[in-house]
This record gives sequence, C-alpha cells and structure tokens, in this order.
Amino acid sequence: MKYVDEYRNEADVQKFAAAIRRLVTRPWTLMEICGGQTHTIIKSGIDHLLPSEVTLVHGPGCPVCVTPLELIDKAVAIARRPEVIFTSFGDMLRVPGSEADLLSVKAAGGDVRMVYSPLDAVKLAQKHPDREVVFFAVGFETTAPANAMAVWQASQLGLRNFSILCSHVLVPPAMEAILGSPNNQVQGFLAAGHVCTVMGYWEYEPIAERYRLPIVVTGFEPLDLLQGIYMALKALEEGRWGVENQYTRAVTREGNRPAQALVRQVFEVTDRPWRGIGVIPMSGYRLRPEYAAYDAERRFGVGRITAQESPLCIAGQIMQGWKKPTDCSAFGTLCTPEHPLGAPMVSSEGACAAYYHYARAAVVA
Amino acid sequence: MHLPDFTLACPIPISEYPAITLAHGGGGRLTHMLIERMLRPAFANPALDALHDGAILTLFDGAGPAAGAPGLRLAFTTDSYVISPRFFPGGDIGSLAVHGTINDLAMCGAQPLALSAALILEEGLPMEELWQVVRSMQAAAAAAGVPIVTGDTKVVDRGKGDGLFINTSGIGLIPADVEIAPQRARPGDAVLVSGAIAVHGIAIMSVREGLEFETTLASDTAPLHGLVGEILAAGGRDVHVLRDPTRGGVASALNEIAAAARVGIRLDERAIPVDDEVRGACEILGLDPLYVANEGKCLAVVAPEAAEAVLAAMRRHPLGRQAALIGEVVDAHPGKVFLRSRIGGLRVVDMISGEQLPRIC
Amino acid sequence: MCLGVPGRVISIESNPLGMTMGRVSFGGIVKEVCLAYTPEVKVGDYVIVHVGFAISQVDEAEAQEVFRLLEEMDELGELQIPQPE
Repeated sequence: MKYVDEYRNEADVQKFAAAIRRLVTRPWTLMEICGGQTHTIIKSGIDHLLPSEVTLVHGPGCPVCVTPLELIDKAVAIARRPEVIFTSFGDMLRVPGSEADLLSVKAAGGDVRMVYSPLDAVKLAQKHPDREVVFFAVGFETTAPANAMAVWQASQLGLRNFSILCSHVLVPPAMEAILGSPNNQVQGFLAAGHVCTVMGYWEYEPIAERYRLPIVVTGFEPLDLLQGIYMALKALEEGRWGVENQYTRAVTREGNRPAQALVRQVFEVTDRPWRGIGVIPMSGYRLRPEYAAYDAERRFGVGRITAQESPLCIAGQIMQGWKKPTDCSAFGTLCTPEHPLGAPMVSSEGACAAYYHYARAAVVA
Repeated sequence: MHLPDFTLACPIPISEYPAITLAHGGGGRLTHMLIERMLRPAFANPALDALHDGAILTLFDGAGPAAGAPGLRLAFTTDSYVISPRFFPGGDIGSLAVHGTINDLAMCGAQPLALSAALILEEGLPMEELWQVVRSMQAAAAAAGVPIVTGDTKVVDRGKGDGLFINTSGIGLIPADVEIAPQRARPGDAVLVSGAIAVHGIAIMSVREGLEFETTLASDTAPLHGLVGEILAAGGRDVHVLRDPTRGGVASALNEIAAAARVGIRLDERAIPVDDEVRGACEILGLDPLYVANEGKCLAVVAPEAAEAVLAAMRRHPLGRQAALIGEVVDAHPGKVFLRSRIGGLRVVDMISGEQLPRIC
Repeated sequence: MCLGVPGRVISIESNPLGMTMGRVSFGGIVKEVCLAYTPEVKVGDYVIVHVGFAISQVDEAEAQEVFRLLEEMDELGELQIPQPE
C-alpha cells in the first residue's frame, strides 16, 4: 500500500534507531499522546529498538481509555431500552461500566451494533424510522468533524430518531494538565498527527513556550515514530524547545479549516471528566444548544447517572506518566484483560494491557 | 470407577462470570478457560485429553491389543455453525459446516469417511433459504467426496434461534504411518502455512451491516483433506502438528500448540503471506490479520529436515500455492509465541480475550 | 487515538444533501468516504481517512522528505552505529 509500506522499511527504521543511539547522552522521558502511536510502538516492537536512556510514556490519547465510567453506565442504560439501536465503534463495546459493558448488554438481548463511521449510524436511523438510533460519539479532535457531520446531516434530513451520546475530549488541555502537575516526568511530547491534521499545531506553540519543551507532531507508521522520537531527542540534547512537524505529508500549521468550521458550528467547548484523571477544565466538546435535540443524555433522561471508579485503580497516574502499571497493587491480579478494573487494561492500546502482555513474556531477551 | 477431582461446585468463578458472555465463544482466552476449567475436567478421558481438533480412537479386532496388532485408528470430531450472515462471498453456512468438519478430521491426519448433519431451524425460516443451504451442503460434500450419512432436524420457537444452526460430526481413518498431535512440536521444527491468511474473516466482515466495503475477496472456505494427503505423503512421521487456524486466527492456533507442547514459537512477520486487500481492510478496521479467521488454510509444524519437501508439496496443490515458511519452534519462552516485526522489533503474540473488534484508535 | 489510513480516491460524487462523497481504495478494497472536508481532492489523489472521512490530502512532495533527510544524515555520518569503547 502506497504511503504505508515505504514507512515500514526495516533498513530506514534501523537508520533512525542508530542515529538515536549516537545522539543520546543521558536519560530522557518522552510521552506519545496518542493511543494509535502506542499501538504502532507495541505492534512493531519499536521500544526494543531504543537505547535504555529513552523512556516512552504512553499518554492518555485513547478515547476508549479516557471515557468516564458514568458515561459507559449511561450508554448501558440507553442500550438496554427496547426501542433503541445503540451504535458504537467496535473498541468501545468491551469497556467495563460499573456493572456491565455494551457487549454484555448485547448478549442479554439489547440491540447493540458496531459501525465503522458515524454516517453508518445516520443511515440506520433512516432505515429504521420506528426505532431510536443512538451513536456513542467518543473521540478526540480527529473524530469530532465526523461526529459533527453526522449530527448536521441528521438535522438536514429532519431525522427525529437519531441522537448522540457525546464524550468528546481535546488534547491541549490534557497536555497542560500533565505538564502543570508537580509530579510531571515528561520532557518532550510526540503530538498526535491525526489530531493535528484537523486542528493544525498552532495551539501547541504557547504550550511549548510556557513549559520550554519540544513538541513534535508525529505520524503513525514506524518510520514516522522513529523520526519523531529522533527530532524530540535532538531538540532536548541541544537544549531547544518549540513545535516541530514530522508529519508534513498530512499536517499543516493551520489544520483543516472546513472541518474546524463544522465542528464549531455543532459543538462548543466544555469541562470534561477524563476517566482516572478527573475533570479537566475546557477539555471537551458538547453539542451547542441549537443541536440539543440530538443529545441522547437529554432524550433518554440519563443525565443523573453517576458512578464511582474502583479505588484500587491508578489509571490516571499511569496515563499521566507518574506511575507504571507494575506499580499498581491490582495489576495482573485483580485487574487483567479478562477482568479489567480500569480502561487501560481494556483497550489493546492501553498502557496496562500492553504491560500485561509483556510482563507475561518477560522471559524473552 | 474413579472420578478424579470432579466436584459439584461450578469450576468457573460465578462471581466473575454469572452468565455466559459472547467472549466465551470467541476462541480466545475465555473460551479456553471454559474448556480447561469446566468441560475437560468434567468429561476427562485419554482421547479428550489429547486436546486435538478431533478425538483419536483405536479399535482392535477380536484378538485385542494383546495380540500386538497396531489396531485401526479412527478420528472423530464435531462442530456447530452459528454464523451471521448465513450467506457470504465465497460460501455460506452450509458449505462451511461441511468443510469445517472435514478439516477437523484432516488436522488429525485422517482421511474423512463420512459426516452427520443436524439442523436446528427457527420457526419462520424461509424454505427457499433452507433449500439453498441444503444444496450447498450437498455440493460441498460431493465435491469433497465425503458423504453425509445420517442426520437430525429440530425446530425451535420463533425468537429462540438465529434462523438456522448446523452441527456436523465426522469420522475418518488415520493411516498407519501418521502421527499428528500438538504435543509433538519440538524445538527446531519449521512452522508452515498453506497460504495467505485472514481471508475468511475479512470476507465475512465485508458484508456485515455497518462495516461493509467493496472487495473482490471471497472466503477461502475449502476442504483440506486433499492438501493434507499431499503434506503427509511428503513428510510422513516428520509432520508433527497440523492445525486449521479458524476462529481466533493463526495467533490463537499457534498459542495452543506452544502451550500443549511446552515450546516457544518464533514468527517472522515478513514471511507471513497476507493479500493486499486483506491488508487494506485490516488497516482501515484496525485489525491484526494474525487474529482473523481462516477456513481453508492449514498450519503444519514439521521436522526441519522435511520442511522443504513439505513446503514444495503444499505449493504443488491448488490450495497451497502461496504456502510459506513463517517461523520456527524454539526452546526459549515455552508456551509463548513471539514475532519479529517487519522493522526488526520483537513483540509477543498473545491469545486475545474474545473476538477482535474494529477500533478507531 | 485515531486510526487514519491513506487511500486513493477512485471516484467522486455528490450525495442528495449536496455532500461530496467518494470511493477510496485501500490496497484494493473500496470504502465509501465523505470528502466534504477535502474539497480540493481529485480522482487519483491520496487522502488520510478516519472513520469514513477524509481529514487530509497526502502531500506527495512532503511524503519524500524523510527519505531525503535520511540521505543527508547518511552523508553527515550521523547514521553510523557508535562503537562501544
């Protein structure tokens, strides 16, 4: 596949690995924000190619991992209603709520369906006018234009049986929350390339200035990641800070203007709770009042559902890079991929699941 | 008769799993737990304990084993088919039910002799659809040269079955010089696959509501006893393990072999054949082809000295043209499968819990 | 967080709401994709697709940048593996 295969070339990847080994003179801690990047790192074994001085912390950039427990409980409550077709991206279905996940609602007879795109949910609403179609609209800035378009399209079509359960989150406030913490370990960021295709990277410039650290907008293929890590380390070694763009084939400073425009038309910025981290001010989107008719929380009266996260789970501290999964008292015992207490154990990109698989395989040199 | 360790208490912790979940049928870790903790101990006997795709039963004539005769080895297996959608590019539930059970026999090294077919029909199933499935079963059995010799039909109330479930069982005869068992995998053995992986699972996904895409891909569903015949003719007793990586894909099948034989397996990602369209679908859906189902592929674990001959024999067969050497059995990390990635990194290829779900992230 | 896959636009049309849709090929499989956010794309261009939406057009020239950088680094000797002392 063009624009995929050439970035998975072993010889070129190894060149960057060698350059990184030459470059590094002391320990550095970088955070890749995005779960998709974590996935590439784990799947390709990139962590094995880096010198021991370089620590990669897997950040909170997985929408599955940060969707708050009470929102999963709301999803479960809505999905159990007989008139509802509950639609979701596949990876949200297994995330545990307080007492159930969406797959178990399906097993118990609920009409829960996987979709590839929010527009597929809109199509379902057109096809089943006698049913209520609800879409679980999770995601970061990358997914916001898609979800905004689904709502806009439903409004253009005059669909009265379509709504979204919205849990949109934003990257820059989370980065600031991490950097502002007295426990912060992160010295440089790999910013999420696909978030930046939509939003551009001008928002990161004041953050890089304020905290005097390098932020490298990075793509998702192995070669992208190695180059992004190389660029961040080079800046650190040379004492530079600021925003650099590794993912130039897809990202511009301004981002995608038409996408930003529709997002602004449909959504507005609001405070959002992040699972395991807590409420981060101005860190998410909610529907604007003009689109309140498409808000599933209002339509189904689930606004008052609240939930208590497991007191044992330290997911928030792990996602912010203060602690490692192995520091958790429940890790691998009370909390496993079959029986997760927190979301990082659920998602295959989750830091805890990744560690769990590696810890089981620690015998390998 | 002695009942070893069999208790009346449910062996699956009810506090964790008060009810069966879909993941218990996904072919991953929960399926494994159900089998290992409940079913195998409950039914324990030597034939079951061999943990094969089918049981191997040895029959003796009137003189009995004492007479020193080798006995006649029968393979016996059963499988149920509950797939949705029932019709998919390249096949349907009927052809799948015939091929699947033939393949389970073939993976014991057996030449299939006969099949049974049990149909569980939901009230309201259109007769035309049933007829289509039955014709497909007939055609598949005839093409494979394995007759359906007995059967059963039940009808359940509307809402109590998903239209149509099929169970097929089969028996086959194992030739005298063949010994296939997952425990026989040994360090140094070569791991071969008969062709490009993940085709069936992706073809099914292409017609799933909500995930549809256009593709020329069709399921690889096929009877593998002919291919296995060629493999055994070329490798004989050097063929140690055969496995068709269906539900759970190549990753789950190799994990089972590694666990049964207490050996490690090391794969080379670059050597694993994956068609472009399958790769494209896996990229956009965020799936790993190693975990996607196959219905017409087989894995063979073969002594190193026989690997070349077996690979050549596979490639001569129409169902094995893209056969490849994808890895080896190793001493290190017993029970675990590792993969050397395309870029030279290393990662563990674990069992997954439940079905692999498309991701956005 | 966000799976985005490059694919080639093979056709472009308008849906009944006036939204630009297209068919995009990923290694041969084809998905219907919303092109409303990449109004400049033409048939044959590559776009990055996330959950059924093109979010960016791939810049052909920029895509080669990393390989040029590697050549440069090679000339500067930055790619030699350091010898243990």
